[in-house]
Amino acid sequence: MIEKLDQVFILLRDWLVQFLPADWQAIAATVLNVIAIIAVFPTLFAIVTVMERKGLGRMQNRFGPNRVGPFGLFQPVADGIKALTKEDVVPLCADTVVHFLAPLVLVVAVFMGFSVLPMGRNMVLADMDAGLLFFFAMGASTELSVFMAGWSSRNKYSLLGAMRAVAQMISYEVPLLMSSLAAVMTAGSLSLSRIVDAQNRYTFGLPHWYVFTPWGFAGLVLFSIAAMAETNRSPFDLPEGESEIVAGYFTEYSGFKFALFFLGEYVGMFSIAGLGATLFLGGWSAPLAILKWVPSWIWFFGKLMVAMCLFIWIRGTMPRLRQDQLMNFAWKFVIPMTLVNLLVAALWRFIGPGWTRWVVCWAILIGVYVLMGETILRKRHLGPRSYRYAE
Amino acid sequence: MTPVFCIVALFTLAGGLAAVTLKNTVHCALALTVALAGLALFFLRLDAQFVGFAQILIYIGAVAILVVFAILLTRSSEPEASGGIVSSRWLAGVIIAAAVFAVLGWAILRSAPALAHESAAPAVTVHQIGTALMGRYVLPLEIVALLLTSALIGAVIVAMHENGSAK
Amino acid sequence: MLGEGLLKGLAETARNFAGSFVSEERLTTVQYPEERVAPIENTRDFPFLVYDGDDWHAGMRCVACQICEKECPPKCIYIEKSKDKKPDFTGKPQIYPARFDIDISVCMSCQICVEVCPFEAIKMDTEFELSTTDRFGGLLLDKKQLSRSNEHYHKIHPTEAAEVDARLAEEKAKAEAKAKAAAAAKAAAPVAAPAKPAAEAGKPAAAPKPEGPAASPQKAAENKPESPAKAEQGGASGS
Repeated sequence: MIEKLDQVFILLRDWLVQFLPADWQAIAATVLNVIAIIAVFPTLFAIVTVMERKGLGRMQNRFGPNRVGPFGLFQPVADGIKALTKEDVVPLCADTVVHFLAPLVLVVAVFMGFSVLPMGRNMVLADMDAGLLFFFAMGASTELSVFMAGWSSRNKYSLLGAMRAVAQMISYEVPLLMSSLAAVMTAGSLSLSRIVDAQNRYTFGLPHWYVFTPWGFAGLVLFSIAAMAETNRSPFDLPEGESEIVAGYFTEYSGFKFALFFLGEYVGMFSIAGLGATLFLGGWSAPLAILKWVPSWIWFFGKLMVAMCLFIWIRGTMPRLRQDQLMNFAWKFVIPMTLVNLLVAALWRFIGPGWTRWVVCWAILIGVYVLMGETILRKRHLGPRSYRYAE
Repeated sequence: MTPVFCIVALFTLAGGLAAVTLKNTVHCALALTVALAGLALFFLRLDAQFVGFAQILIYIGAVAILVVFAILLTRSSEPEASGGIVSSRWLAGVIIAAAVFAVLGWAILRSAPALAHESAAPAVTVHQIGTALMGRYVLPLEIVALLLTSALIGAVIVAMHENGSAK
Repeated sequence: MLGEGLLKGLAETARNFAGSFVSEERLTTVQYPEERVAPIENTRDFPFLVYDGDDWHAGMRCVACQICEKECPPKCIYIEKSKDKKPDFTGKPQIYPARFDIDISVCMSCQICVEVCPFEAIKMDTEFELSTTDRFGGLLLDKKQLSRSNEHYHKIHPTEAAEVDARLAEEKAKAEAKAKAAAAAKAAAPVAAPAKPAAEAGKPAAAPKPEGPAASPQKAAENKPESPAKAEQGGASGS
């Protein structure tokens, strides 16, 4: 029974597929998988938007949306209807084709990322040997769509937003990749389901998640920072800083195209949070051995939602960074830390089991962190910025 | 010559042609991206996952962005009104293109006998690539890494303040 | 240490988040259409015309002097004088506005019309739910829509209205005393009538009955120019 519940989606798919002729079954199964992903994540997006607005409201001692439906739960429906019925305004001077393609490229690239994420036991669309690489390749393609959106709008705010977004995404892609490399090194595979399998073991009822190792913890923190920057989330949301450049690269988008950008942004957050959960939090594996009977997909989506709550919490707390602070933080703190973390992960592997590796690894990480933190805090100059070209 | 191959080939060729014939340089860059994506699909069709994804990650994620940034920062994106897309020295271009094509064709025709005996393509996993890079080819890898690092440092020096008050 | 401030900030927002569920007084939001905050006394948005008594037309204080129309910075007031006359609160016959329109889509709520009005006839309202589906006609209010009773004025701005009433009563008493003196001087026949208005001076302007002998319009007008200053004083003390 419990095994059936765990595999309920797979069984449902197989049951549906068996009505088709044998030649079509493989294709139909794939199509059903894709439909499931395309149905689930936008729904999750609707839930998360209302959760975010209510959560942020509570953090600011407000109610948040509470008008549409009970407790405002139908707010996303109202928003969706609004987005669908709004006029789609394209600027006169805009590059129409590129302007039209940009949101499509973004949404397609973002959804592709889910194809390699294992969302439960046996629940992975394409278990590729180079799954992680595929994920990052798709993530890199979103940069181009952001640029396309900003450039084709013929609006200086859009272009500025696109420049900022691309610069930021390129800078933070490096730490994102390098922090996940530590997990890849330990698991010895780029396949995400293999990485989950490596973490799905238990000692004394506790899981072997990478987050419980020194390098895993540091890796998760660094990964989260880079992921927040990669998805343009607050405090790294200056590509769409409303107070300076209206809405950044999607200033000139309205109606459903704007909704697509919004969807792309949130779905990108889900995929990157899912990747973080897969790499460091054991993916779909249960947090305690005695909880193994709970269906695996519940754990995956639970971890996803916890990550979303963390994103929302941070958005409710942190002010937006300035461009130079952002770049300095990436190149002078996050990237060196990820390099140190890679070294620590290697040390962890080669010292071998025992208490020595715990002491050594924690000592190195904390020592480097404190030292670099001191340097950053001492060197912080709050004076006016110097401009090279803008004078 | 499967249908998929034909579609991907058309896609790639159309991207490449658009990249040289379009007037707007940013459009050219975007068309080039399409051609690069087509090449990545070819790699994937040959079961070379690692190369295919690396092609997307590096060429679409980084090189294409670099190209469009270079275009934006160095010149106006407005199409130039004067003259057609054909340069005045088109003859030289044709000769060079023909020469390159001839060399490539010659190389392919020469190696044709090697392809004649059809053996199953070896399944190369990412693991094997990693082992090879870290084992047999570690010296070239390190040299490339050194080259890239020095290029990076050079870029930083070029971008640094002239008066030496680097941030 | 690096990151200390971030953790403190996170703790603060977490405290707010949890606290908003525990203690109701943290949530200061007023659920507007169902709940309302009582407007503070100095609230003002658009002008209205005051009338005394029950009949908005008979009791209208405005005498169509058009000062407000001339002073209005965005020129949103349109006045047409009447051909006939009607008695004002002291009982003397005055012109009244045949047409008095304010375009509240143009009005900028500056209150200058109130400050220049010598007759205390135009005051600022607190009504703000004025949205209509007709953005031209619906926001051009005519004199009937603009009329509000003195009781309404008392309700929305009690202090200011009391001051205005006292001032009007004083004027009325003065006008009546003058009328009485004029009447006494003109005819040696003293009438019992002046006793009545004097008694009524305590509750002024509530029901202007044209019972006193009509004072000469010129003399009544002489008294007026000091009232804008008073009105200003009233406004200042109110704020």
